[in-house]
Amino acid sequence: MIDILFYVFAAVAIGGSVGVVASKSPVASLLFMVVTLASLAGVFVLLEAHFLAAVQVIVYAGAIMVLFLFVIMLLNLGHDYQKDLRWGLASLLSFAVVGLLAGLLSTRLGGSALGGGAGAEVIDAAIREQGAVGAIAQPLFTTYVVPFEITGILLLVAIVGALVLAKRHVE
Amino acid sequence: MITESLVLSALLFVLGTFGVLIRRNAIIMFLCIELQLNAVNLSFVALSRLWGIDGQVFVFFVMTVAAAEAAVGLAIIISIFRHYETVNVNNFNLLKW
Amino acid sequence: MHVTLWMMPLVGAQETHAAESAAFEPFFPGLVILLPLIGFAINGLLALRHATASAAAVRAGGELVLDGPTGRPPTHTLPSWVGPGVLLAAFVVTLVNFVRMLGVELHEPVVVEYWTWMATGTFHVAAALQLDQLSMVMMLVVTGVGFLIHVFSVGYMRDDPGYPRYFAYLNLFVFFMLVLVMGSSYPLMFVGWEGVGLCSYLLIGFWFSDREKSDAGKKAFIVNRIGDFGFLVAMFLLFVTFGTLDFVPVFGDSPQALAYGGGLVTAITLFLFLGAAGKSAQIPLYVWLPDAMAGPTPVSALIHAATMVTAGVYMVARSSVLFALSPAGSATVAGIGVLTALFAATIALKQNDIKKVLAYSTVSQLGYMFVGVGVGAYAAGIFHLMTHAFFKALLFLGSGAVIHAMHHALHHTHSHEDPQDMRNMGGLRRHMPITAAVMWIATLAIAGIWPFAGFFSKDEIIWQAAAFGGAEHAPYPGLYTAYWVIALAAAMLTAFYMTRLMVMTFHGSNRTGSEEERHLHEAPAVMWVPLAVLAALSLFGGWINVPEAISSSILGLGGGLPMGEWLHHWLEPVTASAHQIQEANLGELGHTAPVGGGEVLWALLSTAAAGLVVLVSVRVVGGWKVTPAARDVAPTGFGKILYNKWYVDELYDAVIVRPVVRVSRFCWKVVDAGIIDGLVNAVGYLARAFGFVGSLFQTGTVNTYAFILSLGVLFILGAVIF
Repeated sequence: MIDILFYVFAAVAIGGSVGVVASKSPVASLLFMVVTLASLAGVFVLLEAHFLAAVQVIVYAGAIMVLFLFVIMLLNLGHDYQKDLRWGLASLLSFAVVGLLAGLLSTRLGGSALGGGAGAEVIDAAIREQGAVGAIAQPLFTTYVVPFEITGILLLVAIVGALVLAKRHVE
Repeated sequence: MITESLVLSALLFVLGTFGVLIRRNAIIMFLCIELQLNAVNLSFVALSRLWGIDGQVFVFFVMTVAAAEAAVGLAIIISIFRHYETVNVNNFNLLKW
Repeated sequence: MHVTLWMMPLVGAQETHAAESAAFEPFFPGLVILLPLIGFAINGLLALRHATASAAAVRAGGELVLDGPTGRPPTHTLPSWVGPGVLLAAFVVTLVNFVRMLGVELHEPVVVEYWTWMATGTFHVAAALQLDQLSMVMMLVVTGVGFLIHVFSVGYMRDDPGYPRYFAYLNLFVFFMLVLVMGSSYPLMFVGWEGVGLCSYLLIGFWFSDREKSDAGKKAFIVNRIGDFGFLVAMFLLFVTFGTLDFVPVFGDSPQALAYGGGLVTAITLFLFLGAAGKSAQIPLYVWLPDAMAGPTPVSALIHAATMVTAGVYMVARSSVLFALSPAGSATVAGIGVLTALFAATIALKQNDIKKVLAYSTVSQLGYMFVGVGVGAYAAGIFHLMTHAFFKALLFLGSGAVIHAMHHALHHTHSHEDPQDMRNMGGLRRHMPITAAVMWIATLAIAGIWPFAGFFSKDEIIWQAAAFGGAEHAPYPGLYTAYWVIALAAAMLTAFYMTRLMVMTFHGSNRTGSEEERHLHEAPAVMWVPLAVLAALSLFGGWINVPEAISSSILGLGGGLPMGEWLHHWLEPVTASAHQIQEANLGELGHTAPVGGGEVLWALLSTAAAGLVVLVSVRVVGGWKVTPAARDVAPTGFGKILYNKWYVDELYDAVIVRPVVRVSRFCWKVVDAGIIDGLVNAVGYLARAFGFVGSLFQTGTVNTYAFILSLGVLFILGAVIF
């Protein structure tokens, strides 16, 4: 059952990302992206990362994608279809490079037996004890508390930077 | 399922790369970069099944950075658009001397 | 925080050394060197302030007048208190340390460690001060005589626009000089060594708008570099041999680590002596010192007579163990010393510039000190260093007072005569009785007349040269006989040229001109009081080290001189191991001169001869008809050679300077402009060619860059996987 679900989600994700790359209209691309993100959230659930799945839907598919959409609307880009795709030698070369990359990554990741510790048991035990949120909150606020705080500063800087960049310069 | 997830992540990553390479619309290139980030996130989550919860914490950080990047990147695109009236990167060829 | 650290030695470091050395408690030794540094900071800031104010005045189209309606600005009144003040405080601190050291039996140096200065690999140098009998003597001389010269400077330099800058440099010099004598390792000594060289350069070229004077500063600096090269090589050799450059372990280990008379120790001592010869103006590196007289006269007194130039003697005495281990090195030191003593004395015979005579006299007396330390009489060398500091500082300051008076007199009539030329003086004792009296005391001292200070110190050196040559297993006995004879001869020359200086300056008829004569005047109290103190020291300073044989004879008033061989015993802990080495290898020193006669006899003979020379030359020189400089004719014959200083400067110019200039010109035109610049340009063109090819990849579009980036990722991945 879980395997079947996984393959369904995987197929949808791949289809969605092909759509992202291939759609002519930016709005269509964006909607395909939302589909891909949602199905990835499903894969996250199957991998027992419930909290991340929720964040994926809320933050990524919700907030960030809406941000993109607003920008597309703002710039009125829906009709600008010309000369978007690069054809000819460039795309062929790109295809070759990307194909090789895919081959390398897949053979490496799929073809070898992955060793490792008992991460799954530990995570499952933590989820049983502390709940899905608690399991990730525990390391986040202990081991990774300093990076976490720095992330806050990063976001603040990003906000200020975005404001400065996007502001209309009054001269 | 871990192995399958990793293969899926690889496929999504190269699709994103391909998009970055062949599209000229800055917004779509940007979306493809998000796709690559998500592919990496997927492999983090998958590998956290092997090596513990830290992988998921990293995904959390990646998402935050992605949000910041989206905000700044889109702001840049907006200001470029104001200047050139287009988001086609073929028109932005000042990155040379 | 840092200040307290500076003043409070690290407790641990102090305890380890204090445990070995009875109960000597150093009294803030860091303060001794810190005080002049503070003085430098204050005076330096005042100098900067003055420079700003005077630049502003020039921009405004005027000139800064010192004695304006608002009175003298604080930049020119504060240094009068700060400059000598810090020296007095440092002298007091030194005295406290000295009194404490007097009260205990100190056999090992006390090393006060403050912090680690350098630590790389096995090489470790601490910023540490070494307090022992030798550094104590040097500290007393530097701060004591230094203080007197600072006070004199207040009178001498008062009207100079660069007054605060002068005191800043002078304080800085004292700081570095104290680092030199108090440092506990060769590198620290080298810091002081270079620092005093810097201050010497700054003060020789103090009136830098005069081309000749700034050139003299450069000459001093460059000639000293040659000596520094020797010092550095010696340090490298010492480090390779001992693995450390701290005095205590180096001198402790060297009797075991170095073979007596071996090649290594001889090389070390010769290179050290090359450094000493540069700093202390010995043949062949003495040429900078006479030119150094371009600086203000108190500077000549402090740096180029009393303290800095004696650093080489201090260094040899400090390294006494090494020199004792190398008879060849010591013989070279003594040989160069005695040759310099004679050579410089001959030049001094014909000089007319009062400061030039004193400069050559200093070179000559430094030669005596090197004879002392070269024949193993380290205490005698330091003794002469000390007495020389007294009487030579007095002579220079006295000449400063004379020049001051001459300058004012000539200034009144707008005459352009040279105020330093003795041919223009004459009969000054009627106008400057105090100066004349104290300078006579110094002259008798330097001439070696009993019972002045110079008699005891110089005579001991000459006698030790004879005694060393007469030792049971003396290395080169004939050589030392020659040294003894030359030293005696040079002493007679000293008596003559000093008397000539005194008679030409203070006696006979006045040659300044009648109008100028009315403006001649005695120096103010701030100048003559230090002179009087130095005169007292020149008179009694020799009594602290009267050899036993002399002390019990008529020359010692049958034991009437109270101190005996005090300095000798005081320095005994420092020189003990050198003397042990000497005794083990040479046996007992001789008791008679090479031509017979004992110590007392020769002392009597030499003082009688010197006295005779003084009396005769007073008559002879008094009988000369000296013509003022403007109308004087150049000397002929042998006198011309002496007058032109044996043409050594010309020789150096032809043999060294001009070939160097030619080689430099070749290096500039051909090697640098042709080959090196050509290569550099070729590399530049090559880089541009590559850059042109590389720039073809720059399309300016992001996609291309992303593509190349992916290609790179692909390669790296491939390399990692396969």
